Amino acid sequence: MGKYTIRRLLTAIPTILVISFIIFAVVDLSPSDPTGNLPLTIPPEVRQKIREALGADDPFAVKYVKWLNQFFIAEPLNFIETTLGITFPGSEDRVRVISWATRGPVIDIIAERLPQTLWVVGSSYFLGVMIAVPVGVYSAYRQYSIFDQVGTFAMMVGFSVPTFFTGLMFIVIFSVNLKWFPSVYDTTLVVTDIESLQQQLRQMFMPVTVLTLYTTAQMSRYTRASTLDNLQQDYIRTARSKGLTERTVVMRHAVRNSLIPVVTLIALQIPGIFAGALITEQIFRVNGIGQYLIIAIQGGDLPTVQTVTFIFAVLVVFFNIVADVLYGILDPRVTYS
Amino acid sequence: MKAKLSLLLIVVMALSSFGGIGVAQDGDTVNILFWQAASHMNPYLGNGTKEFEAAALVLEPLARYDPDGIMVPWLVDEIPTVANGGVSEDLTSITWTLSEGITWSDGSPLTSADVVFSGDFCMHPDTGCTVLDQFANVASIEAVDDLTVTITFDVAKPFPYGPFVGYLTPIIQKAQFEDCIGAGALECQESFGPIGTGAYMVTDFRTNDVITYAANPNYRVEGQPAFERAVFKGGGDAESAARAVLETGEADYAWNLQISPAVLSAMEAAGQGTVIVGFATSVERLLLNHTNPDPALGENRSVWMADGSNGHPFLQVEAVWKAMSMAIDREVIAGQLYGAGGVATCNILPGPPIYASPNNPFCGPDIDAANAMLDEAGIMDSDGDGVREYMGIPLRVSYQTSTNAVRQNTQALIKQWWSEIGIETELRNIDAAVFFGGDIASPDTYSKFFTDIEMYTNGSSGTDPETYMSGWRSDQITHPDNSWNGNNVVRWYNEDYDALLDQLAETAVLEDRADLAIQMNDMLVQTGAIIPLVYRGSVSAHHNSINGVAMNAWDSELWNIAEWTRS
Repeated sequence: MGKYTIRRLLTAIPTILVISFIIFAVVDLSPSDPTGNLPLTIPPEVRQKIREALGADDPFAVKYVKWLNQFFIAEPLNFIETTLGITFPGSEDRVRVISWATRGPVIDIIAERLPQTLWVVGSSYFLGVMIAVPVGVYSAYRQYSIFDQVGTFAMMVGFSVPTFFTGLMFIVIFSVNLKWFPSVYDTTLVVTDIESLQQQLRQMFMPVTVLTLYTTAQMSRYTRASTLDNLQQDYIRTARSKGLTERTVVMRHAVRNSLIPVVTLIALQIPGIFAGALITEQIFRVNGIGQYLIIAIQGGDLPTVQTVTFIFAVLVVFFNIVADVLYGILDPRVTYS
Repeated sequence: MKAKLSLLLIVVMALSSFGGIGVAQDGDTVNILFWQAASHMNPYLGNGTKEFEAAALVLEPLARYDPDGIMVPWLVDEIPTVANGGVSEDLTSITWTLSEGITWSDGSPLTSADVVFSGDFCMHPDTGCTVLDQFANVASIEAVDDLTVTITFDVAKPFPYGPFVGYLTPIIQKAQFEDCIGAGALECQESFGPIGTGAYMVTDFRTNDVITYAANPNYRVEGQPAFERAVFKGGGDAESAARAVLETGEADYAWNLQISPAVLSAMEAAGQGTVIVGFATSVERLLLNHTNPDPALGENRSVWMADGSNGHPFLQVEAVWKAMSMAIDREVIAGQLYGAGGVATCNILPGPPIYASPNNPFCGPDIDAANAMLDEAGIMDSDGDGVREYMGIPLRVSYQTSTNAVRQNTQALIKQWWSEIGIETELRNIDAAVFFGGDIASPDTYSKFFTDIEMYTNGSSGTDPETYMSGWRSDQITHPDNSWNGNNVVRWYNEDYDALLDQLAETAVLEDRADLAIQMNDMLVQTGAIIPLVYRGSVSAHHNSINGVAMNAWDSELWNIAEWTRS
């Protein structure tokens, strides 16, 4: 198992390098221009000078090697320096990954935005799983009961209605008409006492609910299907015929086995939390990572798009490995050699 | 399950029971909402209005424009003119004198060295300054004494108010930005919290998200600003920004609300806030290609030839472009698609009022007259397919613009009107970052203009139209030789126009300048270089509890934020 994990981690390195190259090539080859969104009153010669100052007109290979150097050498060194408080020689000249739009280090902006993304998207994900698993299991156990019918319908709605619609609907109902919850998320809010905690919960309510609805729908369908499969297995009949209580049969035998694929799904979706929720963040002005990526794409900010996308790619690769390893731990039938 | 549901209900009720949203009506804070978030606060490196506006609360220029486009002294006591000796007789230099006793928010005095530095910062070749054209023809900026600065130009400059007038070129502090000049601008942490002379100072900056300001204790006007804090929140979209001011009252001011007029007026009807509009010089226009964009031409596609050999096959025929212009109902476009933010216009230079030509009062719509004109010119539909032919060439045009709901609706309307006069239109729309981008390899940029017609908005960046009007000079024609860089995107060549421009460059009297500008405007419109459509204003909204907002299209919208109060 340990050997398998190490091998997977090592083979991930070339995969990640190839991914970084592909992302860079795609972003660089796109005709998007960092000066494209500047006011038209700015003359072309000035635009040309700005592009030169940014290094946007450098040859592809130069830009790529620069980025590799900045991301894999300068950023880790800088991280070590700031966390340990030491200084390596040459730290003055080291260039980190700099955004063309903000002219500041990309990683710092990501760090600045991670809290709100994790709070909103992370808690909706957590809530989603917490609700989805019991609902899915119960629906499967009482298949075609009223609960199952209603649940299936509700989940179908949650799954098929897009978040930009539910989000706007929530704003119209809860902000405009009832005036219960704010529609503008205040990212500067620091939770220090009961009152600010209430405010934080209030401003999180709408975006979290919208996202939870969607995650719950997805997950509970999955749990339900998996539990249904397992309830029809021979070992359940065996357990029942042994005279075990219904509770033990369902909870210990059926659910444990049904959750194996669900756990894998959960692990595979964790990178999505970091990626943020593009549309929901935009609607409620949560201004997390998703919104940052959108702005960077629109503004032709190549270093930012490259870095953010690449971090997602690394997370996806990593959690794929985690999912595979988890699968081996949870299911003794699966062996890796 | 039941327990969980009731728990959820309790949480919801507990959360909602604490007295509504009530953020905006906080007496100490003014909440400003920009749906495009500011990336930093350095106007000299700004990517767009958002950075200039975010900085306008902190950084100030020597003089500003008021809502009527008239210059008002800001950090100086008077505007230098030839009459008061501030501008030299030969129009090659201007001398500004700072008011006494102005300090930065950190308490240090504002001196002429800061002004000189601000100019050097932008003009340094490695800075990549966005507003470099404001410093066009500047030979040197020199400090005469602690409060006096002389700007010298290498040509006679009848309008010497480019540098340090208006929110594009404010004064930045030398002590703070010294390390950021030139190549240092690529990583300039100071841009996240400039020290300024304005009513507010930055206390917290979050990139592309929110900026928090506190009142500047050293502000020169006693008792201003009225608010202790200002918050400049970015992100989201225009429609929800409008809603936050006009319906929920969460914000006090929202910027750039170009949304469906029906939606906006419905929101305003809620009675919480007021929509305000300011008009400067922006005109949404159609550009008619003066070269042949036929892809079959290969390398010569859309390339202007000095001998006039590669002209457009039919767009310069007077009956054709006149009919196209007459077929368009500008009132419908302005009223239905732009609402409060647009007025039909037939001028390419609609403001300030003194420069607006009175000679093009009516440019449509009259489809019957347009058809008659084409018939008379012998441009008929001879093969019965609904499309007219000019010398055997069917009048089929391609028409491109950037991707944007209002623009696509405009395209659809115009396509319909043109089909009624026997012109077939093929529509294209291109993402703004590509269309307005400078990628030399992309065939879809506005400056290459590989279609017959294109549409976008442009305008003069200040009150003086000289720079803007010189965009149609013949040496500005976009061409492969200049990497398609140039402002004369239509590739219109007119020697008389160039002569008028030369005359303008030597004219100092305002009325004479206006006269020349009007002649040039008429020339552009009456020879079919451009078809103006809509005079566009900027639309914003403020909450009714805020007093003192004076919408300004010539300078920052927040130019007088120091005077805002809450009732």
